[in-house]
Amino acid sequence: MTGFLFQRLIQSAVVLAVMSFVIYWLMGLMPGDPIDLMISADPKITSEDAARLRALYGLDKPITERYLNWLGAAVGGDFGFSRLYAKPVPEALLPALANTVRLLGITLCLSLLIGLPAGMAAAIRPYSKTDYTINLLAFAGISLPAFWLALLLIIVFSVFLGVLPAGGVAALGGDGFWDQAKYLVLPVANLTIASVGGHTRYMRAAMIEALRQDYIRTARAKGAGPARVVLGHALRNALIPVVTIVSLDFGFLFSGALITETVFAYPGMGKLIFDAIMGNDYNLALVALLFVTLLILIGNLLADLAYAWLDPRISYR
Amino acid sequence: MRGPMVDTADGMMALALKRFRRHRLAIAGAVVLAVLASLAATAPLIATILGLDWEAVDLLNRFAPSSAAHPLGTDELGRDLFIRLLYGGRISLLVGLTATVVAALIGTAIGLLAGFYGGRLDALLMRFTDSVIALPLLPLLIVLAAVDLDKLGLPSSLVQSQYVSLYRIIAIVALVGWTTVARLVRGAALTVRERDFVLSARGYGAGGFRIMTVHILPNLISPVIVATTLSVGNVILLESVLSFLGLGIQPPIPSWGNLLTNAQELIWTAPGLAMWPGMLIFITVIALNFLGDGLQDALDPKATD
Repeated sequence: MTGFLFQRLIQSAVVLAVMSFVIYWLMGLMPGDPIDLMISADPKITSEDAARLRALYGLDKPITERYLNWLGAAVGGDFGFSRLYAKPVPEALLPALANTVRLLGITLCLSLLIGLPAGMAAAIRPYSKTDYTINLLAFAGISLPAFWLALLLIIVFSVFLGVLPAGGVAALGGDGFWDQAKYLVLPVANLTIASVGGHTRYMRAAMIEALRQDYIRTARAKGAGPARVVLGHALRNALIPVVTIVSLDFGFLFSGALITETVFAYPGMGKLIFDAIMGNDYNLALVALLFVTLLILIGNLLADLAYAWLDPRISYR
Repeated sequence: MRGPMVDTADGMMALALKRFRRHRLAIAGAVVLAVLASLAATAPLIATILGLDWEAVDLLNRFAPSSAAHPLGTDELGRDLFIRLLYGGRISLLVGLTATVVAALIGTAIGLLAGFYGGRLDALLMRFTDSVIALPLLPLLIVLAAVDLDKLGLPSSLVQSQYVSLYRIIAIVALVGWTTVARLVRGAALTVRERDFVLSARGYGAGGFRIMTVHILPNLISPVIVATTLSVGNVILLESVLSFLGLGIQPPIPSWGNLLTNAQELIWTAPGLAMWPGMLIFITVIALNFLGDGLQDALDPKATD
């Protein structure tokens, strides 16, 4: 077990290191480098000044050297300065992170609370009316473009009914719990609808597979009732693959968060990354992207641990 | 004998077809896709017949409701929405299909190599695949879509081309979309490579490449078809969201995604504009998913009836 965990830790570290270099390199390929931005802000800069500035900031050095300098500073706790927010990168990042964790936390709970029972209900009687209906709804949720659903929600609830705000996190001076909760309803609804279909389908597939096993027949034969068979015997086994898939989906969930946050102007990590890339704020974009990758890798590691805990048959040598 | 044995290719196909026909939603999906594809393919013809032009601006006739002249009304520049939807469909369907096929080819190659050679190569390729799957794809695609192609050293004739946004989106979606196919192909190749006919081919001295392409690949066709069908929908969703964010297909070329870009700004003045492009994406993707699901059931070798 420790050997396996160690191997996975190494793998995650390698992925993070490779990602950091690739993203650093891609950021350098963005239109306009920092000096270009300074030139456009100050027409008095001559080309000699520009060359001197480039040397001063180390922009004339080869990419690997620049990357290593950046890495050294980052490891030392210096993540640079955000142009867009005019503050150090961590200070711009943390409030956005809190907002995204809140959005994704509520969404994941809701989606699992709806999706898992729905998947179970569908799996208990495959190819029945119930199964058919649940499947249809799940497919509809999977196939909906999340940004379009967001537009529809705004049209219905903000434009026509006028009951919920179209975007943002709080009205001016609205500090109460309900004032802020109102701003979460549409983003959470949007993201939940986008992810619940997948969770339902995973649960259905895993449950059908579990109910096919010999120990289910044994349980039925010794007289266990349907509820006991499903909840006591099949569920625990069906949950094993579901836990893995759900945690492997963190990346997908975050992509959904980016779309939702952008359309609803919700100041989370997704919108921050999008704004940073579009606004040439490369320090912020780089660190934020790597940070999200790190969180996803940690999530995957935790899923591996949960997997071992749920399924004692797995020994990992 | 426990009933009729089916071991000929014809018999398998007939069984698969029978199972597929029972899947009403899959058939409906196939029909819807055929209709959409033929509408998109014949868009120039339809435009000529209706006397409409997808680029014609008519500023005196902005936000017109649907009428005989404009079946679905007009947009913020007075352009006909119906014909723009058809032309957008050409682009969205083309990008979805092309990017998926390229991705499937990459995935098949990686999966075959991993499954056939096994060992270290397999471990390396599969760790790589797992890593790509775990990444936050959309932000990465946004970075890739924002990269300045001049700085990448691509020929300027390509970078300046009107269709560069089309090539770029196909390339970047293919770059990340191969993982599902790779895993499926690898799993299938692992089992097929131990079968007798592969061992026999080895015995005759066939080389690795020949065994992979001639003996193993044909046996993997059905999982590849299913995975590919299911990923066309995902690719269309990706293209549409990137175009919606202004990073995919660039106007004036219309795509279902970029037709929605302006819709958000106009949401208070013309909420109706947001309706149709999204509806078409939704219908296309759900039809593809039903079709893929039906194919999965029909081509499942474990199914018995």
